[in-house]
Amino acid sequence: MTRPSCNLTAQEILDTYFLENRARLLEIASFLDRMDRAGDAAAGKEDFRYQAFSRALGLLMEPVGGRTRAIQLSFSDQSTEPIASAVGLKATGAWAGGGDEGN
Amino acid sequence: MKVIDPHTHMVSRTTDDYLALALGGIHTIAEPAFWPGFDRSGVASFHDYFSQLTVTEPARAARFKVRHYCWIGMNAKEAENLALSREVLSILPQYLDRPTVLGIGEVGLNKNSRNEITIFEEQVDLAARRNELLLIHTPHLEDKLKGTRIIMDILRNEPGITPERVLIDHAEEHTIGEIKDNGFWFGLTLYPDSKGSPARAVDALEIFGSERICINSSADWSVSDPLATLKTVNEMRRRGYSERSIEQVFYDNPRGFLSQCPKFSVA
Repeated sequence: MTRPSCNLTAQEILDTYFLENRARLLEIASFLDRMDRAGDAAAGKEDFRYQAFSRALGLLMEPVGGRTRAIQLSFSDQSTEPIASAVGLKATGAWAGGGDEGN
Repeated sequence: MKVIDPHTHMVSRTTDDYLALALGGIHTIAEPAFWPGFDRSGVASFHDYFSQLTVTEPARAARFKVRHYCWIGMNAKEAENLALSREVLSILPQYLDRPTVLGIGEVGLNKNSRNEITIFEEQVDLAARRNELLLIHTPHLEDKLKGTRIIMDILRNEPGITPERVLIDHAEEHTIGEIKDNGFWFGLTLYPDSKGSPARAVDALEIFGSERICINSSADWSVSDPLATLKTVNEMRRRGYSERSIEQVFYDNPRGFLSQCPKFSVA
């Protein structure tokens, strides 16, 4: 068994963080429901951000440990070459080129 | 509890925020030069900004017994404009010599473009020639991993740069390990939406250890909180950490990095 890296017991973690994370989970559910209610829901679900979000949700259910890093990697640009110009570009939170490769 | 915030943008904050810092025990801060939310039209704007960082803000902070230091550099966001960037680089030395300037920062990459890389390389060269400390801005969100790797490649290829004199900021769960493995200091930034929360910052401490970590608010003109470091102090208390171990993270560590500049001393 590996040495715990958190001072708290599992019971203390639940006592301290369950409610706030329950609320966050409901926020995500509500966000997805809102997408479903949109008139153009089908088109919205083709957007690379929605696709990236859906893949990240799958990573939440992966076995023990490393979920945060895995989700960060799933949203990340995996290319290595500099882009020609940054004019007019800003970060969106997900990589438009993602989705075909593993993490 | 004594806290140093090693990265905050007070030019964007109200004077009331200085009082809040002082009341909370944050008596020493460092402010990197960055992008103001719009692209500036000429080098004269940078003269004014660097003057604000080196004259106006230290005086404003001193009213509340807060010691204000700064970093001077050409930010990555405006570095896409090569001509303007080189004009700005030409005026950096006169400001780097001022008494509250700790080094070159925050410089780095924004969207990982060729122009950004060119200007970053020129500032790394300037830092090596002047033996300046470096504060590195890593890109946001989906661009962070790629940009952090490009930045580290550039730094490793400059023989005049030693990793212990470089702090790579805005690190997150997917970049901390590589930054630590390469011997650099790393910063965690506490932003409600786009970076880390107090809980995630303490998770990172627990996973990666407290060595060479500096936690900061990066409070600026956007969604941010100048007291975010204090909220993370509270998060550590919530998890049962001793006052001594909290002070190591929020006082000893930033003091250790920043004290490599002989101009720095804590309030």
